Amino acid sequence: MGKKAIHARDVSAGRIPPQRIAANFGDLHTPLNAMQASVEAARCLFCFDAPCTEACPTAIDIPGFIRKIASGNTRGAATTIFAENIMGGTCANVCPVEELCEQVCVKNTSEHKPVTIGLLQRYATDYYFSLGEIPFQRGETTGKRIAVVGAGPAGLSCAHRLAMHGHEVTVFEARDKAGGLNEFGIAAYKMVNERAAKEVEFILAIGGIGLQTGKSLGIDFSLASLRREYDAVFLGLGHNAVNQLDMENEFEAGIGNAVDYISLVRQEDLNTLPVGRRVIVIGGGNTAIDVAVQSRKLGAEFVTMVYRRGRDAMGATDYEQEVAQTNGVLIKTWASPHALNVSKDGVRSVTFEYTEINEDGRLAGNGQFFELEADQVFKAIGQHFDDDLLDSDDCPAIDNGRVRVNENRKTSLSDVWAGGDCVPGDDLTVVAVQDGKLAAESIHLFLSGEDQ
Amino acid sequence: MADLSCNIAGVRSPNPFWLASAPPTDKRINVERAFEAGWGGVVWKTLGEAGPPIVNVCSRYGSIDYHGQRMIGLNNIELITDRPLEVNLEEITAVKAAWPDRAMVVSLMVPCNEGAWKDILKAVVQTGCDGVELNFGCPHGMSERGMGSAVGQVPEYIQDVTGWCKQHSSLPVFVKLTPNITDIRYPARAAKAGGADAVSLINTINSITSVNLDTFSPEPSVGGKGAHGGYCGPAVKPIALSMVSEIARDPETQGLPISGIGGIESWRDAAEFIALGCGSVQVCTAAMRFGFKIIDDMVDGLNNWMDSKGHQSLEDFRGRAIPNVTSWNQLDLNYKTLASIDQDKCIECGLCHIVCEDASHQAIARSKDASGKRTYTVIDDECVGCNLCYLVCPVPDCISMVEVDNGLPYMNWGDHPNNPSRT
Repeated sequence: MGKKAIHARDVSAGRIPPQRIAANFGDLHTPLNAMQASVEAARCLFCFDAPCTEACPTAIDIPGFIRKIASGNTRGAATTIFAENIMGGTCANVCPVEELCEQVCVKNTSEHKPVTIGLLQRYATDYYFSLGEIPFQRGETTGKRIAVVGAGPAGLSCAHRLAMHGHEVTVFEARDKAGGLNEFGIAAYKMVNERAAKEVEFILAIGGIGLQTGKSLGIDFSLASLRREYDAVFLGLGHNAVNQLDMENEFEAGIGNAVDYISLVRQEDLNTLPVGRRVIVIGGGNTAIDVAVQSRKLGAEFVTMVYRRGRDAMGATDYEQEVAQTNGVLIKTWASPHALNVSKDGVRSVTFEYTEINEDGRLAGNGQFFELEADQVFKAIGQHFDDDLLDSDDCPAIDNGRVRVNENRKTSLSDVWAGGDCVPGDDLTVVAVQDGKLAAESIHLFLSGEDQ
Repeated sequence: MADLSCNIAGVRSPNPFWLASAPPTDKRINVERAFEAGWGGVVWKTLGEAGPPIVNVCSRYGSIDYHGQRMIGLNNIELITDRPLEVNLEEITAVKAAWPDRAMVVSLMVPCNEGAWKDILKAVVQTGCDGVELNFGCPHGMSERGMGSAVGQVPEYIQDVTGWCKQHSSLPVFVKLTPNITDIRYPARAAKAGGADAVSLINTINSITSVNLDTFSPEPSVGGKGAHGGYCGPAVKPIALSMVSEIARDPETQGLPISGIGGIESWRDAAEFIALGCGSVQVCTAAMRFGFKIIDDMVDGLNNWMDSKGHQSLEDFRGRAIPNVTSWNQLDLNYKTLASIDQDKCIECGLCHIVCEDASHQAIARSKDASGKRTYTVIDDECVGCNLCYLVCPVPDCISMVEVDNGLPYMNWGDHPNNPSRT
């Protein structure tokens, strides 16, 4: 295995000049100007019982907010968005609209082009943020105290809605910064200009929400202690563990988790962040795309994404695949890693086995191999929720590795709710926001004595 | 190729498209550019009396936009020409001499006394122009001085002035009518009684285009103040068509040549005016919106449409719609149509359902299957055939109004059993 490479591993920073890095990490989408927004808004038919609203996990009144843009009531448009989705700003930038609202726009049928709902939502929310206002005020204080674990989209959405109802919320966050995946896990070119951090500020500005960073469940406190000290608890724990290949050499130099690298891209100086000349990404989801594209944008010369099945099975949307390809990422399908080949200074290549669907209908290697040289390898084969951090004697019911919740996002415990990536459902920011919102409404009813 | 030439009240032009009396026809430079572009004629911007020229304000125009489209309606508070009379007369003479095949009609507006009209006619006739148009229409500014629509709103004045003009010149006289009046037939009859060779309509409609919500000034604004102006452009076309039809079908004015004006911006608009009896059409807003080049499609489009219908000249279809304009009480109450939805074309926007539900007769049912597919179905027993769903449906030919043969004979209100005054 592992032919000896004839040159040193090449992982270095500053592969391309700072100006090009800055340009590469500019906004993925050019925002609409006022004229474009007006013309695009006029394309909306103002459908009755609109399919777009139905497709939105947070049920934003999309025709309603677009009509407000058309009438010049952009502030009202943003308020309509925030009423259902306080993270409407982020969602405008990161939602896979091609699989949600825009996919079902009736204009796809009549004109083969949907109303660009995502861009219009961004137009409205960007405008609103420029005002420096907040759309909702804190309700009259109830004296009820709720602990929210995790300052990601689910936790922040829940905290905000609870504050609207006048409850006092404490948000515990294991990292040193709030925002969750919005801050650490989404490609930088989708979240330019500190968008995530500004949105956290915007959400917390309602008041009544205390944020404690650097506090981890299972280390600094336990679920049992929260249940004792607070009237209710919301768990927005996200994915706290990364799937591994379980292969030899997996933890050698140059082989890492895509999510960790994406986090570095978001937090570090891009001009001093090392990237390999030849990068291999293993996986086919949006995380794989994000790390592959960002490697290219940092200056990696050859980036190959290798996925064990075909295009259709990829978690990455068609649009995301297109972003990867237009950024020069080679997408290789029907191959899975067979060996990680290393030398004393780290990874040198990966041997892949071609895959196919065998007679039993199962994915299997076909015994043929190829080898790709690599200076850096990223594993992007999924993340999961690890319930180790919950007390064994006081743990809510877990189904298939996720916290079991009812339609109101209540767990099996009477005073504990959960949402986001740690519960079943699509792992999307917009779904997490909805979970937090629904849980907050349910908690509010519970604390008001209307839902015993 | 059809023959687009027109002859209205003895004024000939190679096509029926004239530029209306307005800023595009204020100067030789504009008019020659228009003729180079292919316009059939112009009505030169209104001349006033000799003496100190008119003074105009700044700004002069306001407009209505609609969902990103500019200027579906235009308002102006500009007055008649603000250039010296002799300059205009010189230029008219030169242009007519250089473009003898184009219609050159000169618009006039002077105080309401015979001497003033006699003097201006004497000067104008020497330009070699083909006719004059009496501006009894402008609703702003000049009307406060007893001219324009102040004349057009009093049938007796119209008749008197028209009579003076016929008496003091041999030129064809077009009388331009104001729509700012209850019944357009009265001024038209007065014009005819005064001897008018033709009427031109409509002039602009009293209007304030908008109110600035920062300054609370009406638009157009002159230093924060505004006065009503004259409204024109595509938005006024339906009003113009109705007024033209009134004159075309009035027994007293039937056959009086009409130069149609009001929101005409395409060959299709022009054909509609001609079908209601107009001999020529006049355009202003569209030229102010797009420039003179639009004449290319107007001529070409009218030609192609006439060819497709086998019309060889304008006379082949002029007035063809007039017999179909009738009074409401002559309409057949037994005529029945029902909305029909082509489910293959439906894009599921639901607009037909909600407008019928909220604003009409609750005659379109809605259902949704397990996959979320929405289906909208007309309830024939409830459908009154009003057209609303058909009008709001964004997909061409998805909803059609289908004639129903109910076997019932023609019956108008006069014969209807519900009519208490039925004889």
